[in-house]
Amino acid sequence: MADAGLLRFHVPEPEVRPGGTPDFSNVTIPEAGSVPRPEIDVDPRTIRDLAFSIIRVLNRDGQAVGPWAGSLSDDELLVGLRHMMTLRSFDTRMQMAQRQGKTSFYMQHLGEEAVSCAFRKALMPGDMNFPTYRQAGLLIADGYPMVTMMNQIYSNEADPLKGRQLPIMYSSKEHGFFSISGNLATQYIQAVGWAMASAISNDSKIAAAWIGDGSTAESDFHSALVFASTYKAPVVLNVVNNQWAISTFQGIARGGSGTFAARGLGFGIPALRVDGNDYLAVHAVAKWAAERARKNLGPTLIEYVTYRAGAHSSSDDPSAYRPKTESDAWPLGDPVVRLKNHLIARGLWSDERHVQAEAEILDTVLAAQKEAEANGTLHAGGKPSTREMFEGVFAEMPPHLRRQRQQAGV
Amino acid sequence: MPRRTMIEAIRDAMDVSMGRDDKVVVFGEDVGFFGGVFRCTQGLQAKYGKSRCFDAPINESGIVGSAIGMAAYGLKPCVEIQFADYMYPAYDQLTQEASRLRYRSNGDFTCPIVVRMPTGGGIFGGQTHSQSPEALFTHVSGLKTVVPSNPHDAKGLLIAAIEDPDPVIFLEPKRLYNGPFDGHHDRPVTPWSKHELGEVADGHYTVPLGKAAIRRTGSAVTVLAYGTMVYVAQAAAEETGIDAEIIDLRTLLPLDLDTIVASVKKTGRCVVVHEATLTSGFGAELSALVQENCFYHLEAPVARVAGWDTPYPHAQEWDYFPGPARVGRALIETMQA
Repeated sequence: MADAGLLRFHVPEPEVRPGGTPDFSNVTIPEAGSVPRPEIDVDPRTIRDLAFSIIRVLNRDGQAVGPWAGSLSDDELLVGLRHMMTLRSFDTRMQMAQRQGKTSFYMQHLGEEAVSCAFRKALMPGDMNFPTYRQAGLLIADGYPMVTMMNQIYSNEADPLKGRQLPIMYSSKEHGFFSISGNLATQYIQAVGWAMASAISNDSKIAAAWIGDGSTAESDFHSALVFASTYKAPVVLNVVNNQWAISTFQGIARGGSGTFAARGLGFGIPALRVDGNDYLAVHAVAKWAAERARKNLGPTLIEYVTYRAGAHSSSDDPSAYRPKTESDAWPLGDPVVRLKNHLIARGLWSDERHVQAEAEILDTVLAAQKEAEANGTLHAGGKPSTREMFEGVFAEMPPHLRRQRQQAGV
Repeated sequence: MPRRTMIEAIRDAMDVSMGRDDKVVVFGEDVGFFGGVFRCTQGLQAKYGKSRCFDAPINESGIVGSAIGMAAYGLKPCVEIQFADYMYPAYDQLTQEASRLRYRSNGDFTCPIVVRMPTGGGIFGGQTHSQSPEALFTHVSGLKTVVPSNPHDAKGLLIAAIEDPDPVIFLEPKRLYNGPFDGHHDRPVTPWSKHELGEVADGHYTVPLGKAAIRRTGSAVTVLAYGTMVYVAQAAAEETGIDAEIIDLRTLLPLDLDTIVASVKKTGRCVVVHEATLTSGFGAELSALVQENCFYHLEAPVARVAGWDTPYPHAQEWDYFPGPARVGRALIETMQA
């Protein structure tokens, strides 16, 4: 008990700051395979422990173990590795393109590739994701053309969004990828509404909502949980806990609550916590939640425990607020390396094939980049017409916009 | 032709729209079983079922945010915010999401939603049951803003809004729900059954968005008004004997500038009237447009009569509300200028 007397203000602090030695000793990592896999129609009250543990499939020796193993075939795992490697290669090239002045801005996924790449494979055609700016793996894993992504990043004449949006704010209805907004958390409740609409229409499609750890503090996170809970909406509510919201450690958003997954429990929503750097675990958990939604059993909240290994964005320098080597110390490792080791342990892959695949993927990304740059980059070559600035505000251009377009001389 | 109150006309518009298109869904706080705190959705749940008309949690951002998601799916949600004063938690969803979805996705996703909100004062509603926040919507690219002033228009405009492919803010002057109101709070109110604009046709019809209506033809001065102020302006014209031409804008955005300019060029004078606070209110935009488009025809400065730049008070209701006396003074001063 504190002494009675004057109040003291509490502000959470991360364990370590720049110059310190990274320390994740407070992060409890359960053994792979140790968390049970309940039936999808389980009473949420009986699985509260799952919001405080971490579902893991891959063990230290690269073996897939426990009740959550086996949701993917060998071929699917090889494809998954390729998707993650492609996203990483894509990120590297686009980050470099930003440094070369070919675009104004970029955000990488380094260390989080498993989350979106594996999740995509648990969805069916017609399902809709409501992503944040750090789930491009949903597009890569669904075969969306990299050239189109790059056209958007370069805001060039082939940009499907006509230069109206910041780089990486992709949109593709066809690929189940809702238009990204700069406003954090707004899409979380929209995903619930989309899922409600599917249920209202007696459809069989489900929605997936995405949010980061920091944005769970936004009020729309709460709105989404209330609506999802009230209407038992067929939605998977994903929280990607990468430990950092720009410079703010996750404790600022989480406060004294045990985990982000635990936030779901107060709403009666079953909540799972999963190793976000374990491609197999992410897929198995996503599949479980998607099946629950599809069988009209309602929403599931999933917290992906991962680490934002890169800078927040091309405008950010993490060395100002966290130790430079912190990502190396992250106890859940690197998702690409872990899946690679698993496939090697099973005799499906080798270091030689990995190096060869890296080179092939780089060639593919470079070819796409060359093709995209032929359509222009932000400051050079083809760009969307000025007329496009006035189009699409409304379905039909109202008189005042027609007058302004004329004033602009287009 | 049957006569209806504005409440009945609004309910009829939703009934007609839900009957014609099963993509139209209606929800909001107390909107379902109870039929709305103003009875605007009475009977809709019983007629169309709970999946078409239902109660929502008390969460305005959730109501609008989920409606945006439904619209992205392909439904046409017509949602209610219980009072316009309580739209602020949804302002992010309205201004950054609903309004921008078509633009930012280049038409990949669209947002055909209607957000109904009872608005305006004159009912002793105090600070949070009287506001007129229309200027906070007209300033937003991508939103349409509608304010009906009578049952006939309310039904036709609401059906048009529901059928419109873009997000529409539909502001319902609650002072007009049961009858027209000219600001004479000391006189008995006439019901819509005694007013010709209370005639509301059965079935489907629309009043197009973006078209004003001339409520009184005149030659001396043009009055630009909408909602309750249309009747206040009519009373002021009768009481001062000034031959004012009164334009009911009906839609604030898109605005029927042609009708406004033709009238002001004819009269040479213009008074703008609204309940909302003066500074940066929609009247400033109207005044600027008239000045830009009718400068060489103006014989007096454009006058504005509006709510004072204060929060909406309770006890001082009739000192705040721009009634016929204040509007009348502005008409006289404009004629003398």
